[in-house]
Amino acid sequence: MTTQVPAPARGAAPGRNGRVGGGGLLDPRRLLVSLPSALVKLNPATLWRNPVMLIVEIGAALTTVLAILDPSFFAWAIVVWLWLTVIFANLAEAVAEGRGKAQAATLRAAKRDTTARRLRSRDSAEWDVVGAPELRQDDFVVVEAGEIIPGDGDVVEGIASVDESAITGESAPVIRESGGDRSAVTGGTKVLSDKIIVRITQKPGESFVDRMIALVEGADRQKTPNEIALNILLAALTIIFLVATVTMQSFAIHSKNINPGVPDSLALTGDGVTGVVLVSLLVCLIPTTIGALLSAIGIAGMDRLVQRNVLAMSGRAVEAAGDVGTLLLDKTGTITLGNRQAAEFVPVTGVTEEALAEAAQLSSLADETPEGRSIVVYAKDAYGLRERGPGELVNAKWVPFTAQTRMSGVDLDGREIRKGAATAVMKWVRDNGGHPTDEVGHIVDGISGSGGTPLVVADRDHVLGVVHLKDVVKQGMRERFDEMRRMGIRTVMITGDNPLTARAIADEAGVDDFLAEATPEDKLALIRKEQEGGRLVAMTGDGTNDAPALAQADVGVAMNTGTSAAKEAGNMVDLDSNPTKLIEIVEIGKQLLITRGALTTFSIANDIAKYFAIIPAMFAAVYPGLDALNVMRLASPQSAILSAVVFNATVIVALIPLALRGVRYRPSSASKLLSRNLYVYGLGGIVAPFAGIKIIDLLIQFLPGMS
Amino acid sequence: MAALFIASLVLTLALVHKPFGDYMYRVYTGDRHTPPERLVYRLIGVRPGTEQRWGAYARSLLAFSAVSLLVLYGLQRLQDRLWLSLGLPPVTDHIAWNTAVSFVTNTNWQAYAGESTMGHLVQMAGLAVQNFVSAAVGMAVAIALVRGFARRNTDTIGNFWVDLVRGAVRVLLPIAFVGALVLVAGGLVQNFAAPHELTTLTGGTQSVTGGPVASQEVIKELGTNGGGFYNANSAHPFENGTSWTNWFEILLILVIPFSLPRTFGKMVGQVRQGYAILAVMATIALVSVTLTNVFELGGGATVPQAVGAAMEGKEVRFGVADSATFAAATTLTSTGAVDSFHDSYTPFGGMMTMFNMMLGEVAPGGVGSGLYGMLVLAVITVFVAGLMVGRTPEYLGKKIGSREIKLASMYFLVTPILVLVGTALAMGNEAGLAGLLNGGPHGLSEVLYAFTSASNNNGSAFAGLTVNTPWYDVALGLCMLLGRFLPIIFVLGLAGSLARQTPVPESAGTLPTHRPQFVGMVVGVTVILVALTFLPALALGPIAEGLLS
Repeated sequence: MTTQVPAPARGAAPGRNGRVGGGGLLDPRRLLVSLPSALVKLNPATLWRNPVMLIVEIGAALTTVLAILDPSFFAWAIVVWLWLTVIFANLAEAVAEGRGKAQAATLRAAKRDTTARRLRSRDSAEWDVVGAPELRQDDFVVVEAGEIIPGDGDVVEGIASVDESAITGESAPVIRESGGDRSAVTGGTKVLSDKIIVRITQKPGESFVDRMIALVEGADRQKTPNEIALNILLAALTIIFLVATVTMQSFAIHSKNINPGVPDSLALTGDGVTGVVLVSLLVCLIPTTIGALLSAIGIAGMDRLVQRNVLAMSGRAVEAAGDVGTLLLDKTGTITLGNRQAAEFVPVTGVTEEALAEAAQLSSLADETPEGRSIVVYAKDAYGLRERGPGELVNAKWVPFTAQTRMSGVDLDGREIRKGAATAVMKWVRDNGGHPTDEVGHIVDGISGSGGTPLVVADRDHVLGVVHLKDVVKQGMRERFDEMRRMGIRTVMITGDNPLTARAIADEAGVDDFLAEATPEDKLALIRKEQEGGRLVAMTGDGTNDAPALAQADVGVAMNTGTSAAKEAGNMVDLDSNPTKLIEIVEIGKQLLITRGALTTFSIANDIAKYFAIIPAMFAAVYPGLDALNVMRLASPQSAILSAVVFNATVIVALIPLALRGVRYRPSSASKLLSRNLYVYGLGGIVAPFAGIKIIDLLIQFLPGMS
Repeated sequence: MAALFIASLVLTLALVHKPFGDYMYRVYTGDRHTPPERLVYRLIGVRPGTEQRWGAYARSLLAFSAVSLLVLYGLQRLQDRLWLSLGLPPVTDHIAWNTAVSFVTNTNWQAYAGESTMGHLVQMAGLAVQNFVSAAVGMAVAIALVRGFARRNTDTIGNFWVDLVRGAVRVLLPIAFVGALVLVAGGLVQNFAAPHELTTLTGGTQSVTGGPVASQEVIKELGTNGGGFYNANSAHPFENGTSWTNWFEILLILVIPFSLPRTFGKMVGQVRQGYAILAVMATIALVSVTLTNVFELGGGATVPQAVGAAMEGKEVRFGVADSATFAAATTLTSTGAVDSFHDSYTPFGGMMTMFNMMLGEVAPGGVGSGLYGMLVLAVITVFVAGLMVGRTPEYLGKKIGSREIKLASMYFLVTPILVLVGTALAMGNEAGLAGLLNGGPHGLSEVLYAFTSASNNNGSAFAGLTVNTPWYDVALGLCMLLGRFLPIIFVLGLAGSLARQTPVPESAGTLPTHRPQFVGMVVGVTVILVALTFLPALALGPIAEGLLS
């Protein structure tokens, strides 16, 4: 899948520069490739889902008949452009679907027919070889290095490194082990080392890959609630314009009959406005632009998520993401870097900082935990102490960390340096006959109080000082949360830390609220409380005990590394397992809705210019005064009507890239967003067609039959 | 003078709308029932404490209106056998149907000449009663919709009978009583005297009928009804004697519709939301009044240019400006009373009166109907433009989902379809064309005006059209009936579905609906949608006529 996903879209973390973007100009080749499926979509049986375009197609068919009965260059030109209008609309949808099809193809390749070694029972050592499709839920299979995992399931025994690149596009292998939150494996991925026993959790034919294929292909794409609502409004507008044009016929006949001296024109005869012109007017008035692009916008929104390696199980979830009012963010990994880091050396009286730094560094040289590494790095950065490899110090006897001693260190040249949890080290000092002063206690309390973790460093019978380990808030998080606040989204940090620590980090990161010592029940209760207040809640989770909360949240993003239960409960899966992505998901949801609104506004605003083109073209012959409405000074009635129809069709193609990419979105307050979009798509929608129709008219007035 | 006339009206409304809006808020939200109200509830067998779901509310409303329709029809058909008929014969069936529908729907379209068709009993026990209750019905619906926005997690939207009775007893009656005294002081007639026989200057005889005119007049304007005691309506000196009664009548027309947004703001707990709706109404109204004045004072045709202004069809005692302002006020609301003849207006001036009605009569609209119409337009605006803030649309914390937009769309569809289909049928049908007085585009304008007026429950007319024929009586009657009650059903449905919701709390991500930005948007969406719908018809009627020269 890596090869199919455009590199810039994946690499660029869109939030980083404050906007969701990506995608570029539309490649003409993609239009061409999608053309056959666009033509297939002309079938009324499929087009009926889009009432606006169905009306256009019926109109196109009607004008074709009229043009055959009474041929003229003008009539045929209109016929061609009306059909093009429908085809362009289908093309938009086909192009949007095309992106997903490519991804589906790679996924299908991953879904090779594999065989499985099915154990006769959980504890049996014997197995039968069966085809992967024959596996049922709660079967047990054994998979060894080099084999493909035959279906989705949980590891119940063993540990293995697994290549999941077929699903995630990430080439580095991941560890999967029984128990805990990393037990889920996906069918189609490959075991690289060791041997695991997997309990199958999927039903046949409903594997994760099957669902992914269905999702990216849009095979079972359901209209989302807002899309349904928008379709209702578009249908209502279509009905209004249908009534307006059909009833106009009666007024036109009357007007023509009371002015018997006026000769018949191409647009108006004694029988009223000619069919071709009437259909042209109708097609120009009904909201074809948004009608044509609506489903493409929805597909593209899902697709933008897929490009960021997020799978939305339903379009409803994407829409809900735009409405999210509260974000629940796990502290570790989302707000802070995964591990605590040394941030300060606090020596006791009589010890220099350098001495403490040196001792701390020595005690950590062989300590491969992230905390230990961070002490070495900090000693180097802040005090210029060169890192020494454990091999350099030949006399050193390294004391590793154990759960019993709760400290680690080194015995070197008669020194016995230890570092570890305050209580453990102090006890060790006392046991060695030392008497730690109250000062140590004060330093330790001070660090704990500020949300940090104190590590006491001692040399046999005296304490040297304390290392201050801190949760390091990821860079740029405060800005992101400020942004969220401007967007009206409340951020709540979830952590297992005690309230004191939690508050310190929450203040530093700039979140609005925090939930300390959080249990899964607390999380669920918090979500319910927010929802009762009418807010939509988004969260990420990976563990099985997150599942109830994920299911309760309006947007529940399960990490791909998580358990099957979590993935089942959420309505999105993040293949990169990056909890920060929640923020991007919200932005993509908003962008989807904005694009819909902007193009709807644009589409309706366009109608004004079209009236100014077509009304004088139809009726100036009867009432010459109406020529005053021809503000664009279009060359002739024929060229005016054709220009409007051509503009109406071409604007669809011109807007396909925008529909696929989404309108530019910068997180800001609703009011600012609205002002900007109103100017661009409202005012722009009024002005643009005046210019566009005029330009087209300048070009086509030289065609035959235009005067 | 025109500016002073308009400015003094604006100032008075600005002073009055707040206390009056607050008063209506207390009327509709209070728990207390006055003794006369209790008596009414006991008589009609209603328990005033019970709340109704939207379906029950709508059924009560429809049942009440159906009974009203039958009673009014019966009174007219049997008037010769009842009292105070002034010796007039029973009203013919199609006029009786048309008139009954007209008054029950708050349209007050008059296909008849009042003084020579209806006796005092019909006028007082029939028409005047409907003037009160049909107005109270409109207000009740508006209040029910506002409750939909204000309430949360409930099935009920109030009690129709309580809303109806309170609107009539506590709002309309007291003002009508005081207003009638003011109008009598202004020289309006209020008596039961027999017709006076007068000899005219040319030696002929004329019979001048008196009657309970002032009491009819006041509720005619206050309830945005518009059905005149006399055929000449408010141009008749007994109905509207002087320039200042003219001013006072315009004030009566506008006072309830312009005060209801305040009531709305109080009920939803955010006064500024009421101000935003008021601002939308006021903006459209001021632009419309100004344009109408400009077109009439500027004149547009040969004769008006020769005399300096379009005086044809206007009373000398009012002059052009006061008449134009009255015309704008009466068409912006669903009143339809006239003190001058819109048919004689300049093409563009006449178009303005038509356009005012085509807006759906929302600026400020009829009593109640203006507010609910405007709120529906706000819902549509929120839906179209609200998406552009990146959230699914919501108004006052209530989500505008598919059910809400379906009801709002159907509301919006009803009147344009009635107007356009009605006009098209008339123009394509001999019975319809027979009524035309004028050839040329003006003939189309007359028919278009008639159907616009009926479907929007306005009731004014381009008088050139002969509508007192069975075809027009039936067709326009249907337009009035459907144009009133279909939208009401949709509005009540909307109220029901809004009341059920849990409101979304406001945040920086919420579309602010109280700022000038939103006001501008609602004005824009309203004007553009209406213009797009009616432009073909207007182009072949008034616009063609105006650009004829």
